[in-house]
Amino acid sequence: MTFLVFLEHHGGALEKGGLGVLSKAASLGDAVGVVLGEGASGVAAGAGAFGASKVYVCEASELHSPLPQPRVDALATLVEQTGADAVLFGASVLSADVASGLAARLDAGLNWDLMDLTVANGELVGKRPALGDTVIVDVGWTGGTRLGLIRSGALDAVESGGTAEVESFEATFSDFSTLATLVDQTQEVSSGPSIEDADIIVAGGRGLGSPEGFTLLEELAAALGGAVGATRAVVDAGWYPYSTQVGQTGKSVSPRLYIACGISGAIQHKVGMQGSGTIVAINKDPNAPIFDFCDIGVVGDLHAIVPKLTELVRSR
Amino acid sequence: MKIAVCVKQVPDATVHKRIDPATKRLDRSGEAALNPTDLNAVEEALKIKEAQGGEVVLVCLGPAKAVDSLRKALAMGADRAVLVSDEAAAGSDLLGTARALAGALERESADLVLFGQASGDGDGAVLWSAVADKLRRPVVSQVASLTVDERSVTGKRQTEHGYDVISAPLPAVVAVSDAINEPRYPSLKGIMGAKTKPQETLSLADVGVDAGSAGEAGAKTIVLELGPPTSRGDQVKIEDDGSAAQKVLDLVVERKLL
Repeated sequence: MTFLVFLEHHGGALEKGGLGVLSKAASLGDAVGVVLGEGASGVAAGAGAFGASKVYVCEASELHSPLPQPRVDALATLVEQTGADAVLFGASVLSADVASGLAARLDAGLNWDLMDLTVANGELVGKRPALGDTVIVDVGWTGGTRLGLIRSGALDAVESGGTAEVESFEATFSDFSTLATLVDQTQEVSSGPSIEDADIIVAGGRGLGSPEGFTLLEELAAALGGAVGATRAVVDAGWYPYSTQVGQTGKSVSPRLYIACGISGAIQHKVGMQGSGTIVAINKDPNAPIFDFCDIGVVGDLHAIVPKLTELVRSR
Repeated sequence: MKIAVCVKQVPDATVHKRIDPATKRLDRSGEAALNPTDLNAVEEALKIKEAQGGEVVLVCLGPAKAVDSLRKALAMGADRAVLVSDEAAAGSDLLGTARALAGALERESADLVLFGQASGDGDGAVLWSAVADKLRRPVVSQVASLTVDERSVTGKRQTEHGYDVISAPLPAVVAVSDAINEPRYPSLKGIMGAKTKPQETLSLADVGVDAGSAGEAGAKTIVLELGPPTSRGDQVKIEDDGSAAQKVLDLVVERKLL
């Protein structure tokens, strides 16, 4: 089975989400990467180390802005050229729109929010949690090009040490695809990794008591090399930016380690983080629902425990 | 300005959702409601109409009983509703849904098509892009603030890396995030008036979609099996006596997470 894997890049580096999908695809068949936009050629070869046998690049000016529709055109061109069996995406604001537009264009099936992929009897099968992650659904495709959006962070980027041939291709753009234009862009300067990319997330909820409580989490996250996440309640209250919101109306994350501080564990939050590897919960309420789905539950005052933990991590 | 808002009926938040093991589809037999984040799209459409005049049309694909949910958006102030309802549309995946909605939207030829953030049941947050491709119109998604003039839309949205401001000429498709506004509550007058607002029910044939290319027959994706989620295994509980931080660190190191 041949896979085309859509690889996003930012700031001169390939995004980890796409590389995780690439590693998985390489373990299931022939994985070919595709990198689009300004600077694509410079970063493309790096995909070889994560299992790509080949990487297609296109730097057409239509692809300079991070907008989905010209990318649909480019991928449609490439699917036609290569006859790939499947096109896979690590979920992001951009890639979700690309995947869906491509489904419409190719008349192809799209399965989303996949946590894993396997090949059974020669057919691709995706695993998808549904209904607030209370059910795991095995999903498939009935034919045609199989499109899959993989939940961010669900698959680990594994370096295999290979090399990839880089080849550029020409894309044909539809008249309507270039009508939307990027008129302004503000980059958020963050000191650490984004929550989609982080291996470790330290997240806070109402139990922090005040916006200042996030300072404790930032210090712990910095010591761990992780990112800070937040619940909807504190984002709504204006304590922390929306870009860090984990849960139903925020982001779904699955880092290796998730430390939930002062988070009760409402279902809306749970659906966004229960795919995490190890969940540590610190909460002073022993009856908080989060203790039902964590691996390490600490009943106690986060204001005492978190700074201590930060000190211990720093002194390692 | 003619604005079409795509809305969906989903199981009410209070209903215990289940997937019917026989059909492997969501059981939609219980209490239903208008998808909560669609209310943000309705609200945004009403604000644009209030500022610029025009018409707000609801467009929905769903079972006949979806009219009950459409009434709520009509009560908020939408002018009329179009429901595409057809036995053959049951079990539609993204493609079938996009085809049916695009067909209904072609008939309306609205200047602006609005979507909400995501449906509470399918939770894909992808539909607008497929519909925009079928309509061959520009799309801007995840919009947290929107300005609309006679010729164009400009939306600001949050991405993983910051904020993008994206502009597109009309006609266009825009998906709004639930951060964009606070949906109004229907007034008593609105609720009374909703009962007499025009509601049209269309079949797949009416919107130019072949029955075989929608519903389960036209689906390119399939649910193979349902299973329980993997359990998290053994749990460690710690009551903090001053040593919890050390214990957590030890466990985390033991699991090779640092």
